[in-house]
Amino acid sequence: MSLLSLRRLSKSFGGLTAVHNVSFDVESGTIVGLIGPNGAGKTTVFNLITGIYRPDQGEILFNNTSLLGLRTHRIISLGIGRTFQTIRLFQNLSVLENVLAGCHCRMRSGAFSAMLGLGRHRREEKKAVEQAMDALAFVGLQQSALQPAKNLSYGSQRLLEVARALATQPKLLILDEPAGGMNEQETEALVELIRKIRSRGITVLLIEHDMNLVMGVCEKIVVLEYGSKIAEGTPRDIKTNPRVIEAYLGTEED
Amino acid sequence: MMEKRVLIYGGIAALLAVSPLFLNAYWTDVLNSIGLYAALGLSLNLIVGHAGLFNLGHAAFYAVGAYTAAILNTTWHIPILPLMPLCGVTAGLFALIIARPIIHLRGDYLCIVTIGVGEIVRIALINNVFGITGGANGIFGIARPNLFGWVIRKPHEFFYLIWAFVAVTVFFFHRLENSRFGRALNYLREDETAAEGSGIDTAHYKLMAFVLGAAWAGMVGNLYAAKMSIIAPESFSFWESVVMFTLIILGGSGSIPGVLLGAFLIVGLPEAFRGFTNARMLVFGAAMIAMMIFRTGGILPARPRRYTLPERNLAEESA
Repeated sequence: MSLLSLRRLSKSFGGLTAVHNVSFDVESGTIVGLIGPNGAGKTTVFNLITGIYRPDQGEILFNNTSLLGLRTHRIISLGIGRTFQTIRLFQNLSVLENVLAGCHCRMRSGAFSAMLGLGRHRREEKKAVEQAMDALAFVGLQQSALQPAKNLSYGSQRLLEVARALATQPKLLILDEPAGGMNEQETEALVELIRKIRSRGITVLLIEHDMNLVMGVCEKIVVLEYGSKIAEGTPRDIKTNPRVIEAYLGTEED
Repeated sequence: MMEKRVLIYGGIAALLAVSPLFLNAYWTDVLNSIGLYAALGLSLNLIVGHAGLFNLGHAAFYAVGAYTAAILNTTWHIPILPLMPLCGVTAGLFALIIARPIIHLRGDYLCIVTIGVGEIVRIALINNVFGITGGANGIFGIARPNLFGWVIRKPHEFFYLIWAFVAVTVFFFHRLENSRFGRALNYLREDETAAEGSGIDTAHYKLMAFVLGAAWAGMVGNLYAAKMSIIAPESFSFWESVVMFTLIILGGSGSIPGVLLGAFLIVGLPEAFRGFTNARMLVFGAAMIAMMIFRTGGILPARPRRYTLPERNLAEESA
């Protein structure tokens, strides 16, 4: 059963067609890669899925429910966690508080129960801190929990984004260039982490430029060029697909 | 370290509590003004300090609360203090109606619109809107507040009423800061897109920060009307909004001790330096500029929240 299904999705900004007639499915429990040259519309696809942009045409189904017209926070609470291409952490808040932002949509207590200090509120807070610490331990950042996020190294900041997204308890995690700015060891650790995320039963959809990572970890790859899908298949199919080589891999090897 | 700070704050609070015994009526009244501005500053701090929304029209909500109390008290002779929750509701509702269409504006745009709202309210009051605000003369003859049969009229009696309200405000807002609600406001201040992308309903929280801050200012308006027994539009001018805004930035944006200190400095110091007449505002302005350059987080900047981490060994669990 496909967890996420994009049907004939199009989006243009003024005269520029960023995404044109793109359809693909993400099967539950798989790791899917979305690749393509710079400006191919990959991040736009992510922003369409998470409701930051609205598509001009097409349909997005998650668990057989349409996501069209829903605001981002609603889509997140339905079970899609995401990270950003350019790191978007709450730099002045602590690492733990960054992850607690992800826990937010699974919590219920409001302003008044906080002001009155109700027991329900305190229990929920305690549980949230535990869950946030679990997410931090999962990515290996539990030691830095009380540091300001801006003190973390670039690679650790990327991991913190993953932890924050995991704290939303997603069914689908979408990662926008998770290895961007990481060194080789960090990237290797990231591959392990992505596999570990999947073994928790979370489906992963990722954009990545690091071909070793994409070919190594993804079961299915979707290739975009100029906003259109030009290929879809297993890493082996993609590696030998002449259109992909021409459009993308070929130019890199020159 | 923590204990030392609590001790210092406790000491200052105790000193403040006994101060009317030593101070004359004039200085007690200065402390009353400081208390009102402290409560207003704390209410605006939710909006400006925590949510990062520039609101330079907070006096409008203060005015709605004060006029609600004054009109109902003078027309139907309802005792003024029990009207306090209603003053909060009217100011909060007014904020909800005003803020809803403008809340998506960013930074400076929102700031300009709130200035406009503040001016509209002030001018509407001058023009005797609905024929109930008394025009430029305002409303007079507000009955003295009465607390369980004890009529409050002297400055030192008002001192305890006002500062008890400040204490309650500090108590509630401290808890609010350290909750899911308080964190959500900080997330949207830091990065709205990331907050929304982490599952936080940013539009809702912006609106709630506005409504709660405005409702609290409305309740302070009730106290103000009770203390003055006469209110007029000139008490809710743009300058009042500027004072509330400045004391937050000076004292420490998002910091309760900072806002209280800011109220003492902004409202209290000009009184203390009254002897220097015109030079006082010059010195005061220079001090503000220096502070903004050398201590951008305010004099007592917001401190990181404290969390008790679970005891169990999390490192093992991740393996």
